[in-house]
Amino acid sequence: MHEMSIALAVIDQVESAVRPAGATAVSSVRLQIGELAGVVPDALAFSFQLACEGTVLAGAELITEPIAARARCAACDRTWPAGMPPRLSCPGCGGARVELLSGRELRITDVSWHDAPVPTPTHEER
Amino acid sequence: MCRVLDLQQAVLAKNDACAHTLREELAGRGTAVVNLLSSPGSGKTALLERELTRARERGVPVAALTADLATENDAVRLARSGVPVKQVLTDGLCHLEAEMLGGHLDGWLPAGTRLLFVENVGNLVCPASYDLGETLRVVLASVTEGEDKPLKYPTAFGLAHLVLITKTDIAAAVDFDEAAFRANVERVNPGAEVVRTSVRAGEGVGVLLDRALAAREGGPAHIPVMTRQSHHAHDASADRVGHRDTVGSSRS
Repeated sequence: MHEMSIALAVIDQVESAVRPAGATAVSSVRLQIGELAGVVPDALAFSFQLACEGTVLAGAELITEPIAARARCAACDRTWPAGMPPRLSCPGCGGARVELLSGRELRITDVSWHDAPVPTPTHEER
Repeated sequence: MCRVLDLQQAVLAKNDACAHTLREELAGRGTAVVNLLSSPGSGKTALLERELTRARERGVPVAALTADLATENDAVRLARSGVPVKQVLTDGLCHLEAEMLGGHLDGWLPAGTRLLFVENVGNLVCPASYDLGETLRVVLASVTEGEDKPLKYPTAFGLAHLVLITKTDIAAAVDFDEAAFRANVERVNPGAEVVRTSVRAGEGVGVLLDRALAAREGGPAHIPVMTRQSHHAHDASADRVGHRDTVGSSRS
């Protein structure tokens, strides 16, 4: 299970990106996960929750957007949903000159946080 | 006030960048990496020992690094070939990453090494996601594992430049349906070469070494469909399918 490694990579990238912007508590992280990315969303959500403890992402929601795999045949221009397990040879002409249009995504799309509201007592870090 | 940062970063960007740097550095030293993936017990070590021995006999400078969660057994076996071998213990980690590999090569990889064979942790799930800076990625499956292995592990088989069937000497005893296996590889990785090997019966001797040397000269002979879209792809929203929501499970 490498989802913990993936979760740590997400946290590392998000921390690097939001700290300069002054974020102290990230509320959500949005992630695209392609069908062929080799990542199990449930396992990632579990790892993410654990790995966020003690970081600016503690308690943040992981919103995952599944991306279906689609392929296109260069020979006959047909496009099709690859499915799972994927069919990456052309179902029309049987050709192997196929292009994957989507499905390998494993990408952080955006991160949200609330600016610390002035009247509320904030939890001071370090 | 709610703030949103549009990040658009590949999660594996750091590993991919490390892998890219490693590939370039090693190419500068004349070394190409061969990444071997399979389930535990598929026969990676036995096949690799044979190919390393052959390389030594042919005077091709090669080295091997083998990764396991525990024990140095594989390094002991591979060292019988007479080529430089290093054992990496991952302390429970299920895969190698490019940065780890680079760290293990520092001060060890002998100058003039043409091919570095990396025997990844026996696992067909996790190692598939990590580029190690390899020039050739090889996936092995033994006849005992069943014809549908490529369908069960489509990412691993789909990203392979070369697929090796191992232990063909016992194929009949386990009713291995080779045609079905080949069709399954073709489904997830059309055009991929599938080669029969048996260490016991001496089948496919030297094929791994030959393909590796050819890839070092001119790159892999086969480019898998799945590699034609990377994690980096910044696809237009028109290419997006599926719905924006919180995932319970997207698996079938």
